[in-house]
Amino acid sequence: MGIIQTSKLVFEYIRRDEEGNVEGITRAVDEVDIDVQPGQFIAILGHNGSGKSTLAKHINAILFPTEGTVWVDGMDTGDETKIWDIRQRAGMVFQNPDNQIIGQVVEEDVGFGPENMGIPTKEIWERVKESLKAVGMYEFRKHSPNKLSGGQKQRVSIAGVIAMHPKCIILDEPTAMLDPNGRKEVIRAVRALNDVEKVTAVLITHYMEEIIYADKVFVMDKGHIEMEGTPREIFSQVDKLKSLRLDVPQVTLLAHELKKSGLDIPEGILTIKELTEALEDLRRS
Amino acid sequence: MSIILNHVNYVYDGDTEIPVKALDDVSLQIGDGEFIGLIGHTGSGKSTLVQHLNGLMKPTDGGVYYNGADIHDGDYDLKTLRSKVGLVFQYPEHQLFEVDVFSDVCFGPKNLGLSRKEAELRAFEALRLVGFPEELFYQSPFELSGGQKRRAAIAGVLAMKPEVLILDEPTAGLDPKGRDEILDQVKRLREETKMTVVLVSHSMEDVAKYVNRIIVMNRGKVMFDGVPKAVFAHYKELEEVGLAAPQVTYIMHALREKGFPVKAQATTIAEAKEEILRAFGLAGGIAD
Amino acid sequence: MLRDITLGQYYQSDSVIHRLDPRVKLSGTIIFIISLFVVNNFIGYAIAGLFLAWVIKVSKVPFRFMVKGMKSIVMLLVITVVFNLFLTPGEAVVTVWKLKITKEGIEIAVKMAIRLVFLIIGSSVMTLTTTPNNLTDGLESLMKPFKIFHVPVHEVAMMMAIALRFIPILLEETDKIMKAQIARGADFESGNLVKKAKSLVPLLVPLFISAFRRANDLAMAMEARCYRGGEHRTKMKPLQYKKRDGLAYLTVFLYLAVCILGGRILPGLFMAP
Repeated sequence: MGIIQTSKLVFEYIRRDEEGNVEGITRAVDEVDIDVQPGQFIAILGHNGSGKSTLAKHINAILFPTEGTVWVDGMDTGDETKIWDIRQRAGMVFQNPDNQIIGQVVEEDVGFGPENMGIPTKEIWERVKESLKAVGMYEFRKHSPNKLSGGQKQRVSIAGVIAMHPKCIILDEPTAMLDPNGRKEVIRAVRALNDVEKVTAVLITHYMEEIIYADKVFVMDKGHIEMEGTPREIFSQVDKLKSLRLDVPQVTLLAHELKKSGLDIPEGILTIKELTEALEDLRRS
Repeated sequence: MSIILNHVNYVYDGDTEIPVKALDDVSLQIGDGEFIGLIGHTGSGKSTLVQHLNGLMKPTDGGVYYNGADIHDGDYDLKTLRSKVGLVFQYPEHQLFEVDVFSDVCFGPKNLGLSRKEAELRAFEALRLVGFPEELFYQSPFELSGGQKRRAAIAGVLAMKPEVLILDEPTAGLDPKGRDEILDQVKRLREETKMTVVLVSHSMEDVAKYVNRIIVMNRGKVMFDGVPKAVFAHYKELEEVGLAAPQVTYIMHALREKGFPVKAQATTIAEAKEEILRAFGLAGGIAD
Repeated sequence: MLRDITLGQYYQSDSVIHRLDPRVKLSGTIIFIISLFVVNNFIGYAIAGLFLAWVIKVSKVPFRFMVKGMKSIVMLLVITVVFNLFLTPGEAVVTVWKLKITKEGIEIAVKMAIRLVFLIIGSSVMTLTTTPNNLTDGLESLMKPFKIFHVPVHEVAMMMAIALRFIPILLEETDKIMKAQIARGADFESGNLVKKAKSLVPLLVPLFISAFRRANDLAMAMEARCYRGGEHRTKMKPLQYKKRDGLAYLTVFLYLAVCILGGRILPGLFMAP
């Protein structure tokens, strides 16, 4: 069994009108089956409202399935006695950097999780230090979070999760409110954690350039998994992605357009290097 | 009709020990009917700059002129200026407050002292311009989707009938399709109303295919100012300050290095495609 | 414009005052405030002023940060001074129409102004040198005895910490919404009281919505990080009195003694026939 597994996961919520009468039922997640292996870097793509954030909140036991089951590290999230273990195993980073930092000083915020878990004081300090170092924010440990850039705040949030020693970390659109520099910082930090610390990472995003390095990509639409595969497999279906309100990196799109116009180059080109090499091969032949 | 910034400085002495020069000797002219992309990363001074254009901020030093008149003259009517230079802030949906969308859009024109009828006509027109669906006019603004909320908020500024429309990061937080829809809508409304539009963004790629002039801000200074192709030619300097030119620019340069006879100034996918096809002897290519 | 409020803003620096136990700083501040009301002559105020100046110097916080905090109470100060100036009966010095400024009035007004200014600066020193988390830890610890009366001490402390953390964020947000509405022609300044109150609706509605959204997000983020109230919780920075804290207590009590002596007892002795 993988570190995260869902089976026929369904989540429904009831819409009510202003008087509180039931208007209808919305199925935000619809029969989702995913299986994530330890150490993987998983990306979940989808436009706003596709159900990807709702899915993510199930992994951290913030939301509970209407039907179906979610297992985190072998524990059923429906088992109330396990809820704190699950939240410790599967840490979560949210979209808005301002609304998830509790501490008034960087190091105090990172210590918040371990404090809640009842970790002894001395060990908290060790954990805070190593977590801040892992995201490259150690030198800012005495700073106020209000003075940091968006990218730095998100790295602090990531450190706050790592300090709880989770087995996997779920990032719910961590870059949506950041500028390009901030986005790069955050993605770099996540990749380093995945590479070096072998933490399983689940990245939820709608920026395509962030998923190039993922081991596996799920594309969601209307609550269910619409596409599944390696980034290359996903990116080779440009037209399908467009129909799902997503776009592809310019280089992939250009390669796709060139292919449509009759140049014989492979589908699913992800980098500039791949494109120039494909065109050079073509010139030689 | 134009906005002129003449040697504008803005010094901000916030909580920090050393005062920060948010704008450093900025001189600019924004002409009638231009479509401008104002690019810079967070803290480059671009948001401070746009707040000078409608008098929300006052330069520490230097002058701002709208149609030749100094907007900080004692008797200058700033309220009218703000209706002429419409500024849509980042995440503008956070300013919605009325019970329904239509009343919210009426807020601006009512503040201008227009009659109820005139205000409603303008609101109607503004909502049409942003492509807001009619069946949602009387919905609470808080029940709309992200993209619709944003349209409603933009309409709230458009209803003042500005001559210049400034949009600060109008696509922040939207998904790719939502982003394209908003930018396409802005392009359409510009064509229809002929107003001057300034798009503030940190993404070159997003604005490259829309605007006809790009102003790059860095550390409070204007770093580059020109047509997109001319600005992207400085892609290496842009890289150094953490701003990337569109990926297409890099592709074209990489191809040239490998000896492909393509012109490097292609900035959109369509242009790049033409160029590469031409190099392979398949189609036309772009003009100089 | 709204950034000027310093109350609840931590100023990062490395000084003895910063390192003191928050309980010392809290008790110290309370004692300082008491001293301001015990003292009733200018010798006492001079002692208080000197003590305050010394603490500020040691704290390494630039004086202008204290002054910034004053801006928010200027109105209160003016009202207090004016009321005392005109409404204290006694020997008239200046008479304007039916109002007279009395000698006693001047004295009380000046004293009140000094008290108020010292009080605000004194509390600012505490908030500027203590991180809010630290401050609430201190409060939590000092208020522990009240737990017997079922006062939710931990919860109150946590709420205060969060409120303090979000004050700057919400202030910035207020500034932003205000500007956005001004750009739509809103007028927050002119008009009578009713009109002014009405003009706040476009500011307050979005602000409340934003505050609720943030509260919701934050609650979720806290739960995701295993927060479940004060039980089972350990502390990253548990409060432990050190030698310097003892010295600080001693200094504060010494100050209080000098204050009472100089500001109350000694003059009395000299004045005594």
